[in-house]
Amino acid sequence: MATPTTLDKLEADSTTSHLITVTFRVRRFNPEVAAEASWQDFQLEIDPKERVLDGLHKIKWDQDGSLTFRRSCAHGICGSDAMRINGKNRLACKTLIKDLNPSKPITVEPIKGLTVLKDLVVDMDPFFQAYRDVMPFLITKGNEPTRERLQTAEDRERFDDTTKCILCAACTSSCPVFWNDGQYFGPAAIVNAHRFIFDSRDEAGEQRLEILNDKDGVWRCRTTFNCTDACPRGIEVTKAIQEVKRALITRRY
Amino acid sequence: MSADTTPAVNDTVSLYDVDHPAPVIEAPRKRTKKTPKSTRTNFEMYGWLFMRLSGIVLVVLVLGHLLIQLVLDGGVSKVGFAFVAGRWASPFWQAWDLIMLWLAMLHGANGLRTVINDYAERATTRFWLKNLLYAATVFTVLLGTLVIFTFDPNIR
Repeated sequence: MATPTTLDKLEADSTTSHLITVTFRVRRFNPEVAAEASWQDFQLEIDPKERVLDGLHKIKWDQDGSLTFRRSCAHGICGSDAMRINGKNRLACKTLIKDLNPSKPITVEPIKGLTVLKDLVVDMDPFFQAYRDVMPFLITKGNEPTRERLQTAEDRERFDDTTKCILCAACTSSCPVFWNDGQYFGPAAIVNAHRFIFDSRDEAGEQRLEILNDKDGVWRCRTTFNCTDACPRGIEVTKAIQEVKRALITRRY
Repeated sequence: MSADTTPAVNDTVSLYDVDHPAPVIEAPRKRTKKTPKSTRTNFEMYGWLFMRLSGIVLVVLVLGHLLIQLVLDGGVSKVGFAFVAGRWASPFWQAWDLIMLWLAMLHGANGLRTVINDYAERATTRFWLKNLLYAATVFTVLLGTLVIFTFDPNIR
């Protein structure tokens, strides 16, 4: 039997808000206003179980409509909203407020190493240029088979990890070698080359290896594991790069 | 919920507006005339392999060298002209020191080359730093080799 005191307590608990006050510290840049980027603080009430993207939505919808960021599916699969949250590259739609120490301001910046166009939006062209350079599509010789190209479960397993890439650029923009001059292919391009190099159905592995053997290919990797740490899909990026290096050495010589 | 915002626009007239936006930093990896062509050589691969292999050999050579010079048989105080002359009388120690000199210098030079590639931002800085590095490496390697091969214990 519930005593009146516990009932009172229950009622008090149910009326207190589960929302907490969080400060978002957002890196703003608008080339139509100023040449420099600056920090701007926003305070909002938010459920700690919500995500950083929900916080950005609250800011954009209720406080400052000029805040600019990319997001499409908002459920961690389109790869649009990679940003640097509390100094670490993550997807805003997969980062919960409660996992970020909400008592301190949550910093939100655009990903590094790419040109900032406005607020959190960067120019992704160089990133996709590197991606296109590794020919991320199936290349075969001879006549097309009349039915689908089969492969064994083991052959599929060989490159399973690198098929998970969503091209969010969290890995490439966390790579210190990419930060320098942006000429390095970057982890994402190598991951997507790996996906085809180790595919038993593909026949252009040699060409892709040749491309990645170049001056700005896999040999510029310094094995810092920033990419593996940053990947929101949990791909072992550094391991994939290492496997491409090994393939270059063992497969050809 | 009121926003505690820093003033977004100050009162002074901004240099930039919709028709005259501030210049953004040039995109990396943009294909320009200055973009280097693909080289299609295996130089970087051999460089990477050399670092791993020479590293393994250098662990033995350098630790052995340090042990002999600094720890065994009286420590560093024994090292003098006579000690060096005695060791270089044997072709084994000559070969040891020669291999150690070449591997250590090339290993270090290649490491510094990658450091310069990673950290120097301007092409001219990169060019001159690497030239300086290569000059210093060639000088040290040649001088060391010359001394090992032409060492004369009877010099006065």
